[in-house]
Amino acid sequence: MSQPKPYRVSHLDALEAESIFVMREVMAEFERPVLLFSGGKDSIVMLRLAEKAFTPARVPFPVMHIDTGHNFPEVLDYRDSRVATLGLNLVVASVQEAIDTGLVRELPDGTRNRIQTPVLLAAVEKYRFDALFGGARRDEEKARAKERMFSFRDDFGQWDPKNQRPELWALYNGKHHPGESIRVFPLSNWTELDVWHYIAREKIPLPSIYYAHDREVVERDGMFYAVNEFIRLRDGETSSVRRVRYRTVGDASQTAAVLSEADTVEKVIDEVAATRITERGATRGDDKVSEAAMEDRKREGYF
Amino acid sequence: MSQAVLEAESAPAQRMDLLRFATAGSVDDGKSTLIGRLLFDTKSIFVDQLDAVEAVSAARGDEYTNLALLTDGLRAEREQGITIDVAYRYFATPRRKFIIADTPGHIQYTRNMVTGASTADLALILVDARKGLVEQSRRHAFLTSLLRVPHLVLCINKMDLVDWDKDTYDKIADEFTSFAAKLEITDLTIIPVSALNGDNIASRSENSPWYEGPSLLHHLEHVHIASDRNLVDVRFPVQYVIRPQSTTVTDYRGYAGQVASGVLKPGDEVMVLPSGLHSTIAGIDTADGPVTEAFPPMSVTVRLTDEIDISRGDMICRPHNAPAVAQDIEAMICWMDETAPLRVGAKYAIKHTTRTARTVIRGLQYRLDVNTLHRDENAGELGLNEIGRVKLRTTVPLLADEYRRNRTTGGFILIDEGTNRTVGAGMIIEAQ
Repeated sequence: MSQPKPYRVSHLDALEAESIFVMREVMAEFERPVLLFSGGKDSIVMLRLAEKAFTPARVPFPVMHIDTGHNFPEVLDYRDSRVATLGLNLVVASVQEAIDTGLVRELPDGTRNRIQTPVLLAAVEKYRFDALFGGARRDEEKARAKERMFSFRDDFGQWDPKNQRPELWALYNGKHHPGESIRVFPLSNWTELDVWHYIAREKIPLPSIYYAHDREVVERDGMFYAVNEFIRLRDGETSSVRRVRYRTVGDASQTAAVLSEADTVEKVIDEVAATRITERGATRGDDKVSEAAMEDRKREGYF
Repeated sequence: MSQAVLEAESAPAQRMDLLRFATAGSVDDGKSTLIGRLLFDTKSIFVDQLDAVEAVSAARGDEYTNLALLTDGLRAEREQGITIDVAYRYFATPRRKFIIADTPGHIQYTRNMVTGASTADLALILVDARKGLVEQSRRHAFLTSLLRVPHLVLCINKMDLVDWDKDTYDKIADEFTSFAAKLEITDLTIIPVSALNGDNIASRSENSPWYEGPSLLHHLEHVHIASDRNLVDVRFPVQYVIRPQSTTVTDYRGYAGQVASGVLKPGDEVMVLPSGLHSTIAGIDTADGPVTEAFPPMSVTVRLTDEIDISRGDMICRPHNAPAVAQDIEAMICWMDETAPLRVGAKYAIKHTTRTARTVIRGLQYRLDVNTLHRDENAGELGLNEIGRVKLRTTVPLLADEYRRNRTTGGFILIDEGTNRTVGAGMIIEAQ
């Protein structure tokens, strides 16, 4: 008698299988999908899942970067090398260009997270994308906790939390009228820790800013911002060189680093497992604005 | 009072498996407190989340930190103090990762509970020990059995308010057990708890020496779910055909999909539906290389030895174990649309596995009162949150099993062809 097999599936295997299913479902049911790629770790994992879902064929859809112009150079380099390696078609929608043409207006504080939304929606319209893969996770923020895998957007790109379709089993309803679109979130059920475990398991390279490095930073509201062309010292502020890493990558003028000694993926996992503050709470100035900051941005058509 | 706090651990990620559970109950039952307690005791609530909740609680003049605010994410919910939608929450212990589908008790209860239960391995129902079973408890138990959630846990909460009285516990447990016996519930566990104080949540409480069962978290960590999967009936709905347009990979033709049930192996003789053509599995591919077998919930790509015409919506199965190829379907349907009822004669789009077709409602045999289980055979339609037994005919055959045998190949959704909304959820009773 041979040993009965346990047919064991780890939680990462189950999450991966679900995400791959979702991506294939989109490819089968939509005309013009696109994957939103910021060079952040979630979109990097999403791209890895897209590779795995369609192998040995190439990733069958383009990737789109909403370029705030406020970039970390390491992240742009990473983006370009991934695009070249995988033979991807990259679409860049530039916030700077949109400011120059008058589509959006620079905010008084110079931050560009919020003004990405009209740029994104204009690109969706221009390229007639009908499904947009986003790397958002439900554990990130409480407005996201009620987000669907397939999130319906009207022809203004708006999210109406009261008008979302019930999602049963793995039967995703992607039907939409011309002009409407669906945001698809294959990482919905992943947590920050799952993402890091997966990066470790798959040995996925990341932009170097995700690992501990020495950087000149200034402390503001308990957060550590890099001093660079986007963030200048204000009167009375002093900078210092600290050992930091980034937990998220967003608009470089709004994204803070955390103090860290974690210079390998294993050490990052240990830190994430022990941390007591959410990644957005620790690193995003934009989410501290109000109790419903994320909900408001999502309603406008944000990722 | 037990205050055991588990260390969040990260090391054995490969050993962890995944359990999805749905919670049902109203705010009054202490459901939010229970979830808050589970998250807190597993160190899954972050300091900034707690700070935010405390600040909002204080601003509203709540006398205590309202843990319900952790899950009520939308502005309308906070303003009205109600939960509108299913919220998904995550926590992990060294043994398992958990996904909670937290379904609200009051508003849209059936639609939300059915949605949350459709993917759940386990359902958790709460009752208040002082009140005992209420109409809603029975309704939740019925929906759990209708959706065939394999495991059910009844938490008798607020035991501290009845002085941990064993007789109170026994009375509620007996009543629920006899009600559950009338339903198809295969595994029932009843736990006396105090969510507020943490008794029997993360560890066994000294307040209930007469209770010999596990704490809630221990049960959630150890309940055996691997056998809930159907590993007998091979069902592989073809999702997408992979044919690389490439100069380096030529002649590759693979059928991508997620194994719904059964175990597939290279060399297995298979039948493809609806054509009925036979072939043999040449190989099973993943991005990490070929595998010797595929089972649920793996997403894989299957290659066959013969070049036969297969497309999305087809099903790979075994020659002597195949689903029905059916256009006439009888199913229990839960109606989810507030704008219009389900009516006999109406037409909808139907999505079943990876196949989408059109369907017409041929008849409504009865509408079920989910509180009394009474069957109203004179009902002419199904309104929002109503459940009934319905006959449908589809434009093309579905490759279908009974829902009780297979939750993946036995479930479907109905879509309104005008609004594109998902309007109904169906569980197949008979397909021919």
